[in-house]
Amino acid sequence: MSYFIDRRPNARNKSAVNRQRFLQRYRSHIKRAVEESVNRRSITDMERGEKVSIPAKDISEPSFQHGPGGRRTVVSPGNREFAEGDRLRRPSGGGGQGSGEGQAGNQGEGVDEFVFSLSREEFLDFVFDGLELPHLERKQLQVLEETRPVRAGISKEGVPARINIVRSMREAQARRIGMRAPLKRALREAQEALEAEERKDPVLRNPARVSELKSEIERLEKRIEAIPFLDTYDLRYNHLTHQPMPSNQAVMFCIMDVSGSMTQAHKDIGKRFFLLLYLFLERNYEKVELVFVRHHTVAKEVDEEEFFYSRETGGTIVSSALTLVDSIIEARYAPEQWNLYVAQASDGDNWDDDSSTCLELLDESLMRKLQYFTYVEITPHAHQALWEAYDSVRAAYPERFAMQQIVQAEDIYPVFRELFRQRAKG
Amino acid sequence: MTRREPIATGSDWNFEALEAYEHAVGALAREYRLDTYPNQIEIITSEQMMDAYASVGMPIGYHHWSFGKQFLSVEQAYRRGQMGLAYELVINSDPCIAYLMEENSLMMQVLVIAHACYGHNSFFKGNYLFRAWTDASAIVDYLVFARKYVAKCEERHGVEAVEQLLDACHALQNYGVDRYKRPSPVSAEEEVRRQDEREAYLQTQVNRLWSTIPTPIGGLVQQPSHDFENDPLGLHRHDRYPSEPQENLLYFLEKNAPLLEPWQREIVRIVRKLAQYFYPQRQTQVMNEGWATFWHYTLMNRLYDDGLIDEGIMLEFLQSHTSVVSQPGFDSPYFNGINPYALGFAMFSDIQRICQSPTDEDREWFPEIAGSDWLETLHFAMQNFKDESFIQQFLSPQVIRDLKLFSLVDDDRDDSLQIEAIHDDRGYRRIREALSVQYALSAREPNIQVWEADIRGDRSLTLRHVQDRRRPLGQSLFPVMRYLHQLWGFPIKLESMEEGEVVRRYQWPIPESNRESA
Repeated sequence: MSYFIDRRPNARNKSAVNRQRFLQRYRSHIKRAVEESVNRRSITDMERGEKVSIPAKDISEPSFQHGPGGRRTVVSPGNREFAEGDRLRRPSGGGGQGSGEGQAGNQGEGVDEFVFSLSREEFLDFVFDGLELPHLERKQLQVLEETRPVRAGISKEGVPARINIVRSMREAQARRIGMRAPLKRALREAQEALEAEERKDPVLRNPARVSELKSEIERLEKRIEAIPFLDTYDLRYNHLTHQPMPSNQAVMFCIMDVSGSMTQAHKDIGKRFFLLLYLFLERNYEKVELVFVRHHTVAKEVDEEEFFYSRETGGTIVSSALTLVDSIIEARYAPEQWNLYVAQASDGDNWDDDSSTCLELLDESLMRKLQYFTYVEITPHAHQALWEAYDSVRAAYPERFAMQQIVQAEDIYPVFRELFRQRAKG
Repeated sequence: MTRREPIATGSDWNFEALEAYEHAVGALAREYRLDTYPNQIEIITSEQMMDAYASVGMPIGYHHWSFGKQFLSVEQAYRRGQMGLAYELVINSDPCIAYLMEENSLMMQVLVIAHACYGHNSFFKGNYLFRAWTDASAIVDYLVFARKYVAKCEERHGVEAVEQLLDACHALQNYGVDRYKRPSPVSAEEEVRRQDEREAYLQTQVNRLWSTIPTPIGGLVQQPSHDFENDPLGLHRHDRYPSEPQENLLYFLEKNAPLLEPWQREIVRIVRKLAQYFYPQRQTQVMNEGWATFWHYTLMNRLYDDGLIDEGIMLEFLQSHTSVVSQPGFDSPYFNGINPYALGFAMFSDIQRICQSPTDEDREWFPEIAGSDWLETLHFAMQNFKDESFIQQFLSPQVIRDLKLFSLVDDDRDDSLQIEAIHDDRGYRRIREALSVQYALSAREPNIQVWEADIRGDRSLTLRHVQDRRRPLGQSLFPVMRYLHQLWGFPIKLESMEEGEVVRRYQWPIPESNRESA
């Protein structure tokens, strides 16, 4: 007696719960490993999972076992030259362990690291664990212009695609019962009268009455027949209304200085920072648009490729970029509908008196519209005028303005974490 | 015998072909008197196979992080191509559940049907250990019960509390079996029915045991020997509890740990019952795989002889079979211990050879089976032995020579290793003896038993470890004692014995810890 069952359509994630339990239990280990790997790997490939290793001793499941020492006999296959009584030098490092544990060797003895893979989702969860997007909720409440259709009961009007069959048939049945009832009653009376008439003695029968009743019955039957099975009057439609829903879209402006002082290494660091921010936004919003603005003395909106790879020379006027961003917001991204984020990367150089212009621009116009402004300065040197100007913006908008300095690529992740650290809710 | 048309050719399978082959293999198996449970053959994907691996082949199990760990490591090895998944997995249940991977070729599916659905299946049904220790018809129900019960406890007492308890129990799961007593079979129905009753009863038992108020005189009373000076009335004179050493640590804890809640005792019991279910498998690896391999080899050859599979499938089969039973030498980079498939297959094939065409040597070594009916003898061997005794009984000089077995002694009192025996006349018996011991559970796992629960004194629990050939306990000892302490609730002491003398003492919590000064 045998039978086959095709289990392939069944769910495959039977181990999902156990997997989560494991990740939960070794959270701190995994987090450490993830942080290391974020620093190590280029952020362009954040979009994949990660191999994580945990010291095997930390996750071992102990049981009583024999330790090294004592006398043990091991039978092994494949003897070539040994003869009984031969003496062999103990392999170095064996420490009395000899040639191993014999059959117990299969159990992965001597593996120091437990290695496994996190999926992309799990990896990013750990990367962004403990981080938050400031002011996300405030915006969501404000912006109610987006709508989505929601079911809102049944209506008599609608398009055929939304017909509610059950309700329509129920209406039809009710109508049929209602309309037939008086006719059926009349029919039954007429039939009874006809029968009574026909039961009478042929002499007493009234032929005129009989034919009158017969035509009446015929008329009633026709009327009953004529009642439609389904009438337009019966049709019911699922009604949809448009419910406003919180906006869940964001724009991220990437501003980068591409003047001569920015080397490719600087840009790489900037790029990684932008990518990290993009990934983070992507996890919080359904839709994230990117706007790339690069500047030297003049600012220009460009595509991604050009943003990161084209080279420019010349001086630096930061306010040109801020002005351009402001006008783009005016033209395309109404602050009521969009969550606006600006990320700026620069080496801190700026035209002498431009920094105060930047301060003005930010203070008077931009900061009111933005969700969050992050500024990273990629320089090992001392800060210049721009940093000081921004510092006073930070003082004015401590909730929505953050700035950090990055010296080398390894700093990106810690700086990023610092910028988006979960703040205690006031 | 009339040659017939092959049922199917090529490497793609479909359900019709599988059913036809299953039918053909089944008919041949009956010819060889393979008695099996009904087969429930399930086709699964590789992901599902990884799930099955992670739950140690149980079709359903309670949740625990260690299964997640298992899953992750299998997944890692598989994704990186470091290991292939087994082509099949079979569960000792009635009906016998066998998983076939969809990626397998037609040949592989037929091979697996022969190997698992008739080889392993008949072993589960026939071998005395499985008959005594497991109840194939009840296991799936019991697993469902266990999963539900653990889930209920997680709801009531929190995931973490349950997890910690399971961690502690898992550390002791190899010590959850009475080796010399026939166990009562597991039954889910009965478990549920009697559970409440048992909880209440158990608790009263434990309460009675611990109702004695500890009254230490002059500090902690550790020695049960009577101290007439301080205790002239003999208040502390009592027999040791338990009166006999207990090898089933989990059972002892379930019944006697003073502080466990009823639900905690129930979970200890679940782990113990499942450990019991796997107990025969740990002792019959060589036999079980050898038996299944012998039969897939025999049945595949018969299918070919009868014309039901063509040369293409047969060649593919031989290639696969050869790699399954290959045994790299000890100095090969591929060496990973003795391959149970290779050893088991060699031994069963050799028994068949001894029966069919015995040599003088065989007549001398195996007078009672040389020349006997091979099928009869093979069934006898399968039914009545475990790895240890099977090797002791049936490992022939021929197999020792074929595998070129040798035995090596590693003694820490000696600064060099010594070859004790090789495959020659003087060595056969010694190799057989040594290999048999190598598969004996009692030599593989340290022998640790409950010696005394100090129910009148400090309530400490003393375990005794009887050293086997002076082998001490490994470092994992302390974490395990910590778990024991969590379950018992009072100090744990462990004594290593060598020839009746205590050679080492261990204690948890470690006595000079801050706990006492605090």
